[in-house]
Amino acid sequence: MKQVSGTCPLSRQQVIQQYFLEHRARLLDVAAFLDRLDRSSDSGEPDFREIALRQALTVLADDQPHRTARILHLLSDHTTDLPQSAHGMKGALGAVRLGEGAAT
Amino acid sequence: MKYIDPHIHMVSRTTDDYQRMAQSGCIAITEPAFWAGFDRSSAQGFFDYFRQLTEYEPRRAALFGIQHFTWLCINPKEADDPAFARDVIAIIPEFLKCDTVLGIGEIGLNKNTRNELIILEEQIALAETHNQLILVHTPHLEDKLKGTRLIMDALSASSVPPERILIDHVEEHTVAEVLDRGFWAGMTLYPDTKMTPQRAADVIEMYGSERIWMNSAGDWGCSDPLAVPKARLELRRRGHSAELVDRVTFDNPRSFLSQSPKFRLQGQ
Repeated sequence: MKQVSGTCPLSRQQVIQQYFLEHRARLLDVAAFLDRLDRSSDSGEPDFREIALRQALTVLADDQPHRTARILHLLSDHTTDLPQSAHGMKGALGAVRLGEGAAT
Repeated sequence: MKYIDPHIHMVSRTTDDYQRMAQSGCIAITEPAFWAGFDRSSAQGFFDYFRQLTEYEPRRAALFGIQHFTWLCINPKEADDPAFARDVIAIIPEFLKCDTVLGIGEIGLNKNTRNELIILEEQIALAETHNQLILVHTPHLEDKLKGTRLIMDALSASSVPPERILIDHVEEHTVAEVLDRGFWAGMTLYPDTKMTPQRAADVIEMYGSERIWMNSAGDWGCSDPLAVPKARLELRRRGHSAELVDRVTFDNPRSFLSQSPKFRLQGQ
């Protein structure tokens, strides 16, 4: 992937000043979502989207560049086959089931 | 301050939106043909829609000093029925003569099916035959990466030069491939499912400001017709020059769109 260090004109401190509160709130939204899953009224198996989200969280914390692109890759369909028609198919769901095109 | 929103679906927006866009500096828009939120029952439905795009919307936009241009096609979602799609494609050539039609769009894929791909190839051929620019819709969410690559392969197999094609709705995992293959790239600023103005600014910082534009794609869903001026503000907040801000929100769309002889901005 492209080398992108130093491309944002803001200093590290300026980035924090400008965006910290907004992203603090978004992080708490994610935390609350996971808490909500834990508190759900049944103890069903995790949905594939929950599994994908938890995988994505490890990317967030890995301290490597291009987190956004890598998470988008993780959430993408990597199959190469083409169905004939979309008849009966659901709309995009935002993640792919393991074994059905999810990145490994 | 002036800007162009090169992808917005004004048929789904109120007249108030035109007013707010004009007050924010919008001087021109281009409106691709798209899925209306429901499948139309006949090609006649598209005929009426194309008349709305070529006759009614330019008049409504002009009330606020905004020039309205359009793109025509059958959208990928309704293209999954090839026989139906061909009935719609057959009525497009008569509309290509209209003064405000810039090309074929937004064509592409939705669920990456063989049927969609067949009709995509036929609409690329339509653009080839009539020497039209192409505006491309790429699929949403998990289908985007695969679909974008399939679309680029289909386009590269045609004789339409990549510099006459804009591939829209790029994100961080597709933008580099689109630009590397010589196409123009569009970023759609959307509150929930696509890019925020902040991420669009990040992409410009990482991948540069050549052959790239941003648009609101405002439509009948949760969307923001003022997304482009918000992105301009985001770039300025980061200290980017007025020249760069104008390049990605005015000069670049003008350069791409001016490849059509019909795209001429009044008073420019």
